[in-house]
Amino acid sequence: MTTAPEILGTLHNIRTVAVAELDGVEDDAALEAWRIAYLGRREGRLTLIMRRMAELEAEERRSVGVQANDVKALLESQLAEKTEALKSAKLAQAAQEGRLDVTLPGRRPALGRLHPITQTMREITRAFISMGFQVVEGPEVELDHYNFGMLNIPRGHPARDMFDTLWLDHTNAEGEREMLLRTHTSPMQARIMEATQPPVRVVVPGRVYRFEATDATHEWHFTQVEGLAVDRGITFANLKGTLYEFARLVFGSERRVRFRCDFFPFVEPGVDVAIDCFSCDGAGAPDCRICRGSGWIEIMGAGMVHPRVLEMSGIDHTEYTGFAFGMGVERIAMLKYGIDDIRYFYGNDARFLRQF
Amino acid sequence: MAMNVPLSWLRAYVDVDMPVEQLAHRLTMAGIEVGGVERIGGWNDCYVGHVLDVGPHPNADRLRLCTVDIGGERLQVVCGAPNVAEQQKIAFARVGATLFNTHSGKVEPLKAAKIRGVTSEGMICSVLELGIGEEHDGILVLPDDAPTGTPLADYLGDTVLELEVTANRPDCFSVLGVAREVAAFSGTQVAEPDAGYPEEGEPVESLATVEIEDPALCARYTAALLTGVSIGPSPEWLQERLTRAGQRPINNIVDVTNYVMLETGQPLHAFDFDKVAGRRIIVRQARPGEKHVTLDGVERELAPPMVVIADPEKAVGLGGVMGGANTEVTEETHTILLESASFHPFNTRRTADDLKLRTEASLRFEKGWRQGLPPVGLRRAVKLMLEVAGGIAARGIIDVYPDRPEPRVITLTAARMEKVLGVTVPMADAARTLTSLGIACRMMGDDALEVEAPPWRADITIEDDLVEEVVRVIGYDDVPTAPLAAPIPLSTPDTAQAVKEEVRDLLASIGMQEVITYSMVSEHALELAYRGAEPPAPPMRAFNPISSEHECLRTSLRPGLLRTLAANQRHEGVPQWYFEVGKEFIFTGDGLPDERQKAAGVLSGPGAQASWAAAEATAGFYDAKGVVEALCDRVGVTPSFEPLDDPFYHPGRAATISAGGQRIGELGEVHPEALDAFDVRGEGAVYFEVDLAALTEAVPQSARRFRSISVYPEALRDLALVVGMDVPADRVREIIEQHPLVARAALFDVYAGEQVGADVRSLAYRVSFQAPDRTLTAEEVQRAMDRLLSRLERELGAAQRQG
Ligand SMILES: [Zn+2]
Repeated sequence: MTTAPEILGTLHNIRTVAVAELDGVEDDAALEAWRIAYLGRREGRLTLIMRRMAELEAEERRSVGVQANDVKALLESQLAEKTEALKSAKLAQAAQEGRLDVTLPGRRPALGRLHPITQTMREITRAFISMGFQVVEGPEVELDHYNFGMLNIPRGHPARDMFDTLWLDHTNAEGEREMLLRTHTSPMQARIMEATQPPVRVVVPGRVYRFEATDATHEWHFTQVEGLAVDRGITFANLKGTLYEFARLVFGSERRVRFRCDFFPFVEPGVDVAIDCFSCDGAGAPDCRICRGSGWIEIMGAGMVHPRVLEMSGIDHTEYTGFAFGMGVERIAMLKYGIDDIRYFYGNDARFLRQF
Repeated sequence: MAMNVPLSWLRAYVDVDMPVEQLAHRLTMAGIEVGGVERIGGWNDCYVGHVLDVGPHPNADRLRLCTVDIGGERLQVVCGAPNVAEQQKIAFARVGATLFNTHSGKVEPLKAAKIRGVTSEGMICSVLELGIGEEHDGILVLPDDAPTGTPLADYLGDTVLELEVTANRPDCFSVLGVAREVAAFSGTQVAEPDAGYPEEGEPVESLATVEIEDPALCARYTAALLTGVSIGPSPEWLQERLTRAGQRPINNIVDVTNYVMLETGQPLHAFDFDKVAGRRIIVRQARPGEKHVTLDGVERELAPPMVVIADPEKAVGLGGVMGGANTEVTEETHTILLESASFHPFNTRRTADDLKLRTEASLRFEKGWRQGLPPVGLRRAVKLMLEVAGGIAARGIIDVYPDRPEPRVITLTAARMEKVLGVTVPMADAARTLTSLGIACRMMGDDALEVEAPPWRADITIEDDLVEEVVRVIGYDDVPTAPLAAPIPLSTPDTAQAVKEEVRDLLASIGMQEVITYSMVSEHALELAYRGAEPPAPPMRAFNPISSEHECLRTSLRPGLLRTLAANQRHEGVPQWYFEVGKEFIFTGDGLPDERQKAAGVLSGPGAQASWAAAEATAGFYDAKGVVEALCDRVGVTPSFEPLDDPFYHPGRAATISAGGQRIGELGEVHPEALDAFDVRGEGAVYFEVDLAALTEAVPQSARRFRSISVYPEALRDLALVVGMDVPADRVREIIEQHPLVARAALFDVYAGEQVGADVRSLAYRVSFQAPDRTLTAEEVQRAMDRLLSRLERELGAAQRQG
């Protein structure tokens, strides 16, 4: 026969032992074994002892029951606590073990780069596109007629000296050497105006060639961007406005632009265009490597399209006016990136190209 | 071409009332670029000295002991120069003066010295020591009127402007031309040099005749005659001006011709007229093979249409270029015929080029006709010759000018100024500027000017030339700045350009580095790249190539890319995937070539930079093919590939690329021998090229169309097939994807070997089945698989792989 004191003694004993045992539990498996040993629904020691309470008198059963339930609640709450403690211990350990060396290099997808001339060319054309210019391209092998004649530089004109020409070994039916590598992108002025009546607003990027010895600032093979705008009412003031905007977009908003008289046979008036030095801020510091102490950097030639050039291309020069400009892309890239030798561009050393 | 203008000479015609820096700036802004400013002098502690006494040195025979007065102070100096003499004015340097030391070869301060036991308190200088000449045989002797005690820098110093003159401004190859520029921006006038002289001799027509045979080549010939001249050295002032302008003095007559050329821009030539037969000058074309010895002593073979100045017997000079040795002015010369003429610019240029004899004269003639100038230079020169060489000038001048044109009169209107510049310029201001430039003009009402172009300005021919004359002097800062106000012209989208830039971006984004290589290559390099295959056309050679490395226009991008690869293989760690977008030049007809824009690339080694975390792989055929597929996909083109036989590629590892039935390019593993030929090392390289025009052609005209995405699940099945080795994998995929329930088929395994048997291979696809309107049942999918298998078996002899 089971007595109340007997059950109470066992309850006390279970409580003491279970709590002590739980203290030693260190992983999920031991915890589960502990749970089954005390709280298991079939064979748990607490379950078994509570089943035996049925043999007690009703009065005794009530008071013992209260105590038994207290023990059960205690064990259950201790179990929940322990479960939680084990979980966070495990997380802490995982965090400790999974720590990465964040300074190891990343696994990059392969990434190539565009040639600095392509990048600079895009920057230049983008500036003019934003002002309504359209990009067109032309042939690199040209006829004397377009490279010179249509630009007001007939055979024998002294200005031909300005363009050391690479001629092709070919003569036409008349025995004349007429094919050459274009010395500038300007022949497209004539080609465009022959093909289209105004309004015209284009930029022409492309490779050009000169019969010239190579050094740090000269290449025989380089890149230009030509610009041409022809319409009614276009003036020198518009040329200034357009080139100011170009300088602002490409070289920054603080730039000043200087125009000085210069000679190109296909414009009249003709000017040389310079921006104030962005390195010494136009101060003309004597040791400035960019402007060599002048405070100004010459970046292009420009002018109003010569009436004879308009006329030769079939455009009425009394009705229409226009401006044209041309710049060397290498020069602008050299200025922007601080490159001191033009020969890097076509040397194609990857250690150079990767920098841009 | 450069022109040196000494400031002291410039001041003879115009007041220069600004610092030299400002002068240089104003000239530059007006279009006469000052490339440099050379300062002569700046000597410290140097004075005009007066030699009071010259005595023997007590201890040395060749040295003299001189007493020099430098203005209230007498100094003792040792001098070794043979030409030192009492009463001379000389350049005296005190101890401490900075001079060129002829012993050390350096510029350094003069030290106090005891020379053979006698203290020397300074030095009497040579031009070499002063840095103003090469002579060191004797001391510089100054004119007698040089003021004793004056600092030498004040007496001898000068500033020389080094001008870069543009091709349209031959007038600025003269001091007067530059003076007119200075006058214009100073708002003053030039003092024209004096050209008046007594004409005391016989009438010139009775002494000489001139005849021009071909006025197209020599438009005008003026001449004057001087008798009884005495040839000798020029006076100091004349020698000094020539020296400072960079000319070497010769004798008084020749010096005057050079001086007047530098002063007015008109080249002149003096003949010893007693050596001219028949007292006749004939300007004619050279005869074929005609021999003539020019003043430099070189015998030259001439040919028409070179122009010679001749007498009835012989050529006496080469027109516009150089005089002849046979009529050279010498110490015995008594009679001078002075020529001042106008020769055809281009013919003069060609003559000088052909004879490799470009002279100061030819350089001035070739820059344009200036037919008004000869008499101006002629009269000025006669005046100076009479001054420095004596003699008597014949009365009048000869002036043969068969086709004298009307004066060039141009009207400049305020309306045109505004139309070109966008700003109103008062015509009175314009008139003042033009007048300062020496361009005669008169007001025609308030809004127009009638302008006569002066003889020295060949470049002024149209109204806009005058617009420039005005605005370049006023300055471009005074022109307003205005954005383009005209409407933006309609533009048409340019697909070719868009495709080109898309391709560039795509190739860079997948790890290829863009390069730009030279458009000209050697013919040999092209041969190495074609390896015996027929090129599209023979390459065009340059007439004047830059070098043998760049002798002809490339017909292929291969050499440039392979060279780039080989050169960069020397640097480790650099990704070796390069591409270029550039042109090939194919000359087929007789006219301009077909310029084929291509995107080409070469791949070698791993694409991504070698990494600690990634296995290395070497690029092979399928890497290049993947690049081409990605490139086509970027622009919406579906390419197809066919085997290609081309000796540039490894046999059996190359393909053509086509789209829409047209060939658009090719790719393949480069033949090992081709790699060797270009010094490419390592495990091989793959090359591809796509013709961008052909690719653009293949770009679909319409935009991509949206297809609705099925909401029903897809069923995946693996289909492993065994097919003959010669069955193209693409054909298998095509058949699978043609089934109406197949959404796509992805190849995931290729196997050839023992497990499947000889001459066959296994291809495994993951096939996705899907219907737009329902969920497919297992039975439907199985039926579709069965049907696919039987079609593959029927058409390609394929079998399902067992096990
Ligand atoms: Zn600077």
